[in-house]
Formats: sequence, C-alpha cells, structure tokens
Amino acid sequence: MKDPIEETMPETVLFYIFGAFAVVASLLVIAQRNPVYSVLLLIASFGALSGLYVLLDAPFVAVIQIIVYAGAIMVLFLFVVMLLNAPQEDTEHDLKVHPLLRRGPLRFGAVLAAALVVELVWALTKGGGESGPFAGGAVASVAAIGRSLFQEYSFQFEVTSILILVAMVGAVVLASREVLERRGGGSGPSGDR
Amino acid sequence: MTPLLIAQIGLTLFVFVMLLSSAAVMVYMERKVAAALQQRIGPSLVGPKGLLQPLADIIKLMFKEELRPAASDWIIFALAPMIAATCAFAAFAVVPFGADTTLFGLVPEGLRLQVADVNVAILVVFAIASMGVYGIVLAGWSSNSKYSLLGGLRSSAQMISYELSYGLALASVLLIANSLSLTDIVNRQAGTWWQVIPRWYVFLQPLGFVIYMIAGIAETNRAPFDFPEAEQELVAGYHTEYSSMRFAMFFMAEYINMVTVAAVATDLYLGGWHGPFLPESLGWIWFLVKVGAILFFYVWMRWTLPRYRYDQLMSFGWKVLLPLAVVNLLVTAAGVLYFGL
Repeated sequence: MKDPIEETMPETVLFYIFGAFAVVASLLVIAQRNPVYSVLLLIASFGALSGLYVLLDAPFVAVIQIIVYAGAIMVLFLFVVMLLNAPQEDTEHDLKVHPLLRRGPLRFGAVLAAALVVELVWALTKGGGESGPFAGGAVASVAAIGRSLFQEYSFQFEVTSILILVAMVGAVVLASREVLERRGGGSGPSGDR
Repeated sequence: MTPLLIAQIGLTLFVFVMLLSSAAVMVYMERKVAAALQQRIGPSLVGPKGLLQPLADIIKLMFKEELRPAASDWIIFALAPMIAATCAFAAFAVVPFGADTTLFGLVPEGLRLQVADVNVAILVVFAIASMGVYGIVLAGWSSNSKYSLLGGLRSSAQMISYELSYGLALASVLLIANSLSLTDIVNRQAGTWWQVIPRWYVFLQPLGFVIYMIAGIAETNRAPFDFPEAEQELVAGYHTEYSSMRFAMFFMAEYINMVTVAAVATDLYLGGWHGPFLPESLGWIWFLVKVGAILFFYVWMRWTLPRYRYDQLMSFGWKVLLPLAVVNLLVTAAGVLYFGL
C-alpha cells in the first residue's frame, strides 16, 4: 500500500482541475452568442463532470454520462441548432422585440434567480447529509447498480419509463399531425393536391 | 520509475505509432485489393511492388496548401479534424491485443498488452465512438458549404441509427461473458468445445456477429454505407472543404476507426489472442491475423457492393437490423437464464 497522502494529492489536484473546467465551461455556455458554441461548451462541461465521476470511483456512471448526455442528447441538440441555422443573437433587435426580455419576464427571472441562490446557500450551509466516499462501492460495480435499480427502485424506474414513453407518444402525435391530415384523402382542404 | 511503468509508457507509444502506421498500411492494402478485384495492378511504381506509395501520399498531403473557406467558422473548422483523430486514437486505448507478457523477463510482473485496463472497457469504446460523430458533424457545419452540411447531417443520422444495433449486439456478448472488461471477455473464450471447435463467441452469437459487422461498417462510414461522402451526390461530403493535413486527419481517423472496430470484433467474437498451434505468449500473432482478416473483409465489401440509397439505409437500420438485434438480445438473455451458457 502506498502512503494515503501520495494517493490523494493528485486526486485533489485533478478534482480542482475538472471542477474548475466544469464551472467555467458551464458559465461560458450562457455567455455565448452563437448557439453552436454553447452546445460544444456544454459537451465539454459534461466531459469534466464525467472526470469527476471517475475520481469518485464510479467509472460506470462516468461512461454513461458520456454515452447518454454528451453522446446522444447533445447530438440531437446540435442537430436542431444546425438545422434551424439559428443566427447569432442580435442584442439591440432582441431588446425591442424579444418577449422574454420585456420588463415582466425579466423581473420574474430575477425572482427565480434569487430563489435559486437562497436554495443553494441553504443546501450548502445546512451541513449534515451524507458526504465522503460511497459505502461499499455501491455505484462502482455494474451488478450493484443493476440490482438496486431493478429491485430497490424498480417502481421508480418503471414510472420514469412510462413518463418517457408518454412524452415519446406525444412527440410522435405532434409530429405526425400534418402527415395524418395530408393522408385524409379528398375530405381535407389540401386533399385535392 | 519502476520497470513496469517504463514498459507501460513504451507500450503506449508503441500502440500510438502502430495505429499511425496502420492507416498507411490500410491505404496500401485498400488500393492493392481494389486493383485486384478490378483486374488492375494498383500502385506499383514507388518502391518494390509500390510499397512506398503510402509514404509518397503522406508527403504529398503534407506539402499541399492548407485551404479554408472564407465564410467558415475557423475555430470549429480547425477543431473538427482534431476531434475526429483524437477519438479514433483514444478508443483503441482500452482494447487488449495480447496475453500478459514479461517482455523476455525484462519486467518482473506480467505486462498487460493493453494501454489502459478499464473494467468498463466496452462502454468506453462505445462512448468514444459516439463522441467521434462530433468531428464529422462539426466539420460539415463549420465549412459553410451545402455539400459538407448534408454530408455531416447524413453521417450523424446514420451513426445514431446504427449505434443502437451496435450497442444491443455488444449487450448480448456482455450477457454471455458476464463482464464489461474486454480482457475478461477474451479470457472466457479460451479452450475448445469437444476438442475441435474453439470457444469463440461467434459460434454462440452468429446473428450478433453479423449485426456487429454491419453496424460497424455503417459506424465507420464505409461503402456500401458511405453516404457521408457519396461522391456522386455530395462531392466529398463532410470533408469537401478540407485539404492538406486537416483532410489527412479525417482520412486517418476513418482507417483507425476501422482497425478499432476490427480489433473489438476480434476480442468480442473471435477469441482475441486465443488460437491453436501458437503458445499463449505469441497470441498477438493470432490477434493480428484475425484483425487483418476482418479488415480484408471490409475492403472486399467496399469494392464488391454498390452503395445503398440513403432512405434504404435508414429503413434497413431501424426496421431490420434493430428488431433483429432486440430479438437476439432476448434470445440470449433467455438462454443465459435457462441454460446458463
């Protein structure tokens, strides 16, 4: 066995590197004018989070973070941004027109932001809670994750699945409305096309 | 610095250099096999039997002018080939390619012939492959050209569609092997059934192997699934606007991805470095032979089959390959549960 200090020093340094990277990248996400850069910075931030998971001795969660968030979900984000070809935001134009930048929404946003800050301060100062390393490698092994997911939390797991299924069906219905109308034959207004 | 650490660093550099040169070897092999299939001679002038042709190609690429479209997004335009090449190299890091060795007694403990032994190795390969899509999508978008954009979009749609079947084929192997570590999976395939048939998973998972190979071809954007660069429709697809070394990086990434897919297929289905006649310590020869055979198969496919139509590719992926992969997974799960394979 090595000296524990020797073990933890590089880990501490790595923790601060990954942590700082995640925070800076997340801040830059909202500071960009070009949405493609925002998406890329968000992916970088996910990568840093995945590094933090590795430091927590949870390689499975780290890899899933990359596969699901950075790999699958962000590709869809990038798709949408690229296909819409969203132009760089124009501030002056936005200030006049954009509904989210009118007084009312701005005040509402400020209230929400203040509430978030209060919650964060409360959560950080509350103390208690469980901190420190996870007991018994509960998230380290795939078998342990599977067992707790399908035995202890099977109800929550199924509920989440149904929720996602409902969202998916809804999306399909919304997307196929046009197709259904077009297929309506001669009865619809566009039937004679 | 222990001898083991030095050996490990040496091994990492060795793998890096081997991957770099594998791209050159693949280019030569591709051209020679293509020529043979079309009754031509192929490269024959540079060096004996044209063996130095890849070197000449590299030198030509290095001295080409680096072009950049005026209306492109220069940061992402420069970043995209780097992402593609980095992901291609990184994925191979978790692939084991031989049994533990002591390098003729130079290292006290056994040195594992693998850059990084991760216990979720398969998922790492999968994750890095899914990150490789970004290189292509961003190249298409940042070039600010319609051919590039269409190539990039097609490529990412194709990779997302085939990743599902790819992942399900992998999951079936995981069920049988009961491990996510590639080294464990290879070691479970040691030995033979009835002294004749090697215990390779390809015999337990024939359908899974076929699905993996098809999805692997689609993942690496090779013909007959090479829509991202369908030259008759899209000039050169996502790398239309790239030249010189930036183009070379995409080119290299494609070949290295092929090598990785072939190496992972060898580890998962063909028993990795296990084989008859050779002692365990020379298993890497078997590994090279198997990877070479799969790569030859790839090249053979490319020059034999015509390109599919894009909608055929998508409906094949979602309506044929994915249901087959799901059925394969269910049958495998039932087999493991009731017969304890």
